[in-house]
Amino acid sequence: MKHVVILGAGTAGTVMANRLARHYRAELREGGVRITLVDQDPVHLYQPGLLFIPFGDYTREQVMKPRAAHVNDAVRYVQSTIERLDPATDTVTLANGDMLSYDVCIIATGSRIAPEETEGMTGPGWHEKVFDFYTLEGAEKLETALAKFTSGTLAINVVEMPIKCPVAPLEFAFLADAYFTKRGIRDRVRIVYATPLDGAFTKPVSAKSLAFLLKEKGIELETEFNTGRVDGEAGELVSWDERSIPFDLLVTIPTHKGAAFLAAVPGLTNEMGFVHTDPRTLQAKLKPNLFAIGDATDVPASKAGSVVHFQSEVLDENVQRFLRGAPLTPGFDGHANCFIETGHDKALLIDFNYETEPLPGNFPFAWGPLPLLKESRLNHLGKLAFRHIYWNALLPGYDFPGIPPQMQRTGKIFPIETANT
Amino acid sequence: MPVLTAVARTPEGFLENVGDWDKELALELAVESGIPTLTDRHWLVVDYMRTTFLAKGDGPTIRTLGKESGVAIKELYLLFPKGPAKLAAKIAGIPKPHGCI
Repeated sequence: MKHVVILGAGTAGTVMANRLARHYRAELREGGVRITLVDQDPVHLYQPGLLFIPFGDYTREQVMKPRAAHVNDAVRYVQSTIERLDPATDTVTLANGDMLSYDVCIIATGSRIAPEETEGMTGPGWHEKVFDFYTLEGAEKLETALAKFTSGTLAINVVEMPIKCPVAPLEFAFLADAYFTKRGIRDRVRIVYATPLDGAFTKPVSAKSLAFLLKEKGIELETEFNTGRVDGEAGELVSWDERSIPFDLLVTIPTHKGAAFLAAVPGLTNEMGFVHTDPRTLQAKLKPNLFAIGDATDVPASKAGSVVHFQSEVLDENVQRFLRGAPLTPGFDGHANCFIETGHDKALLIDFNYETEPLPGNFPFAWGPLPLLKESRLNHLGKLAFRHIYWNALLPGYDFPGIPPQMQRTGKIFPIETANT
Repeated sequence: MPVLTAVARTPEGFLENVGDWDKELALELAVESGIPTLTDRHWLVVDYMRTTFLAKGDGPTIRTLGKESGVAIKELYLLFPKGPAKLAAKIAGIPKPHGCI
């Protein structure tokens, strides 16, 4: 009997449990394979929805569902805090007293914000003048604060990379611009966007497009701003090199970390608690029967739901190969696909991987229908539709027809081609 | 002794080949980046960057630098203004650090 233990029932853990349960349907019934999925709390949060809560567009009911309801019945779902992972004995110890022995362990415990890592951030003013929107609590409190906000400076800052959904802070800036415009007070609000990157985004072509959009919307861009401390009471954001941004309201994207029990395993993670993972096979570097997926890894891909979807097709295959003793496939190419809300019912779409930066063109086919790196209403509708796709197709672990896991060159306009034509 | 104009570099000015680096080249890279001289404190960081990269295949993050190089984050920003991890990597002749997606 082979036992697959999956740690974490967020997007990645749930998708993997459902995919493997479908593949091993017969073995699960006959007792040749067991799948156990563990999570510490009962609620599955639709994280992409958190962006819309501060602006009153989504409610808490729209982003919360019971985890167990989205897990295949053949999977044993255990609700418990994870105490310890011990790769030496291939066991996981749970807070409820259980000890699970595994043949394969899939780490899918995600990432969480650690605002306490920044001096002063969780001090006076936290969740009064300084807010995150990466937690439901933060997003809801921010909604109240935004509704009361009538004039002054709104600062948005990214403390350090990597973060979940690297485009979300930009989307927040665009949506804030639209929100204040709708309320008729945009001329009384200054919006400043501070990032540790040397541009609006990491990759040159999209950074240029996004910087242009920020400028067009009157949002000030402060680059290479590495946050050193926050004074919530005085309303001041200060960088390590002593640049200061005064604010009346700060929306911060704090430092991100992996699960604490992982960082306690010698050699498993980097200093942020993200698992050292082979970027192509998704096997953990510490031991062959450990795999990692989604936000929990240290691979240089975006921490995003679309990435999980593409990774899951590859990891599904690799877990099967591992269990039958076959060599793994280096199938994951860093593929990410993200809608970027730009306000006023429009959105951009970007599609990229480890080697290819986000480029203009069309998706998923040469003719479209979705334009890449260009504002369109259709992209916005795509983003809204994604919530239903998430619960009904992504979490159950279905492949999307026409969108293979590897990034396709079709439809993209490459810089060299542009130069030649 | 290689000179800066004679070695291959990325569009952002990082050395293409780690092996091309020597201390003279580091000084030239520093001057070009707006750091007129390299003090003992600078060298402490540059040497740490290089050693870490050669041992692990990736440069350290600013967080690791602050914890393990013997120079605190605050001072790192005084020594290498704006982006210490990036600038120190350039002067140390190693590739631009990953970390940012």
